[in-house]
Amino acid sequence: MEPPALTVDNLVVDFGSGESAVHAVRGISFALAPREVLGIVGESGSGKSVTALAAMGLLPKSAEVSGSISYEGRQVLGLKEKAWATIRGVGIAMIFQDPMTSLNPVYTVGWQIVEAIRAHQNISKGEAMAKAVALLETVGIPNAAERVGNYPHEFSGGMRQRVVIAIAMANDPKVILADEPTTALDVTVQAQVLSALRTALDETQASLLLITHDLGVIAGLADRVLVMYAGRPVEVGTVEQIFYQPAMPYTHGLLGSLPRLDSQGGERLRQIPGSPPSLAGSGGGCPFAPRCPLKADICETEEPQLRPVAAGVVGQRPTVGDEAQPPSPTTTDVEHLAACHFADAVVDLPIASMFPDTSADHEGVAP
Amino acid sequence: MTDTSDLTPRQQRRQLVGTTEAGMHSLPSVPPGANSDQDGMAGEARGQLATVARRFVHNPQAVFGLGVFAAMAIAAILTGLFWTYSVTAITNTLNAPPSLSHPFGTNSIGGDMLAQVMRGTLQDIEIALLVAVMATVLGTLVGAIAGFYGGRVDSAMMRLVDLILVIPTLVVLIVLANIVAKQANNWFWLAIIIGALSWTYIARLVRADFLSLRERDFVEASRALGATDRRLITRHLLPNALGPIIVNATITVALSITLESTLSFLGLGIQPPNVSLGLLIDQGQDSATTEWWLFVFPVVFLIMLILSIFFIGDGLREALDPKKNRVRA
Repeated sequence: MEPPALTVDNLVVDFGSGESAVHAVRGISFALAPREVLGIVGESGSGKSVTALAAMGLLPKSAEVSGSISYEGRQVLGLKEKAWATIRGVGIAMIFQDPMTSLNPVYTVGWQIVEAIRAHQNISKGEAMAKAVALLETVGIPNAAERVGNYPHEFSGGMRQRVVIAIAMANDPKVILADEPTTALDVTVQAQVLSALRTALDETQASLLLITHDLGVIAGLADRVLVMYAGRPVEVGTVEQIFYQPAMPYTHGLLGSLPRLDSQGGERLRQIPGSPPSLAGSGGGCPFAPRCPLKADICETEEPQLRPVAAGVVGQRPTVGDEAQPPSPTTTDVEHLAACHFADAVVDLPIASMFPDTSADHEGVAP
Repeated sequence: MTDTSDLTPRQQRRQLVGTTEAGMHSLPSVPPGANSDQDGMAGEARGQLATVARRFVHNPQAVFGLGVFAAMAIAAILTGLFWTYSVTAITNTLNAPPSLSHPFGTNSIGGDMLAQVMRGTLQDIEIALLVAVMATVLGTLVGAIAGFYGGRVDSAMMRLVDLILVIPTLVVLIVLANIVAKQANNWFWLAIIIGALSWTYIARLVRADFLSLRERDFVEASRALGATDRRLITRHLLPNALGPIIVNATITVALSITLESTLSFLGLGIQPPNVSLGLLIDQGQDSATTEWWLFVFPVVFLIMLILSIFFIGDGLREALDPKKNRVRA
């Protein structure tokens, strides 16, 4: 097995200190293998983006970071700006959420790609421009040779995001961080952008850290999934494990809140009641406990750690609807971890069944 | 994980997922050329500087401003070199209205007004350009650093700016101008003093712009590509702030001409025999109703000068804004 491209070990990020401290990330560890796509899912404020920014050295100075992040075996946390400049773009590239604002409005897209190339490669402007055209063609911009002379505002949102992807892959990075790359786009355009992203991965042979709250995007692109809740990973596993054998009630809830094309109709989406906890406090116990239908006394007092889930044989469990044959038993070299006291029990429950089927139809008017 | 064991399950899953999610992952084919622009305004991968120049040239107002400005400057230089009468020449015709031999008339001591107005125009252009360049460079530098770094750097620099702003400009000018007023080439020092006092507005403007610009995603995106602070400031933030900077530079030009006139009026500005438009206006205003040519010609030239600079500034701002990209050829 090759050494991982990016390793994050027990990363903790706090903003502020003392009573008012916000614990944005409370200990996350993962290793991103070469060419692997790791999806990080979680709702707003669960620490996804902060993790990515930390891996890029882009956190504001007010952030207090501890733990370790190493890129190709080299510790990058706490590097000086100058040393960072040799990693950013070449080793680790980032794709930002909003293509409307992540391109400089006063330069043509060609200029911006050329700038990215020439920042790290010693080639002439002409060669760089030729490469820029090739990159735009790779990500599926029609008429690339002409479009390099256009300004960002002359592109649509999806095209701009493809330009951003082209810039990210310009220097053949080993790792690409994509922070909600499709969130700002509409669904039809999302598919095109994901396709461009996949092309970029194939071309550069890069690993991808895909941050999103869109489980559909994860299903389409990721190899492994890391589910975050309240600044901590609560479940890690392959896409099959997460989607077919979720072992954490929160993951169940996420899956249950998705509309399904194969549902019979008439079913309502199940929601997770309540809202995510404040990140300021640091009370003991499972952060999901207040919203969890399986809550027991132990959940209030002891925060569960990530631990391996007893491997069930896929296919024995009942699945929702008449699911097609689930995939064969998962590869054994990827561990399925979950942070739940009852992970082994949860894994055998039908997806989302533990959450009440709340809807306006069922709710009476409050007396 | 080896290559094959890494790729194969992913591909398998793609097929699996692709079928359950209604072909979400197929890329709709776009015919080449479908997105080519209709108005033919873009597409050529030409230099951005050439694009800016082209847009400037296609703006009638800007071309007009540049033309008037250039004509005035050239006329002023040529008059100084070739006109029959020099600025200091004194003739026997006193207070004569415009005629063929004195197109702008003469003043009360027999000086030729055409020579004087032209010399004043040239003098004002010199002062205004020096002030504008100095104030813009200094103000932009201070504002950019303060806005980009924020925090203590920002506080320190802005307090300095506040300090300069609360000092009554005229008092400082009077004190300092009094020192340099007696020197032969005093217009240069006058311009330096005005420039040293008028950069604060541009500094505040640029700082405010940088404060908002530095939070924009493209700054972080450039940083994520390995851009250094210096590169971010000069290549990414500054071009985005150019519009307001240029507009303010043209206003500074107008302000500096006004300030120079004020000083000249107080006897502390340009010293005779050198002239400036401000000095001429001040000398001519008493007789504006009787010997109108002493007043009207310098005023008209001053207004033309300031307006042409405004037009140039406006044209530049529009030419530099890529969103104003509609070229009507």
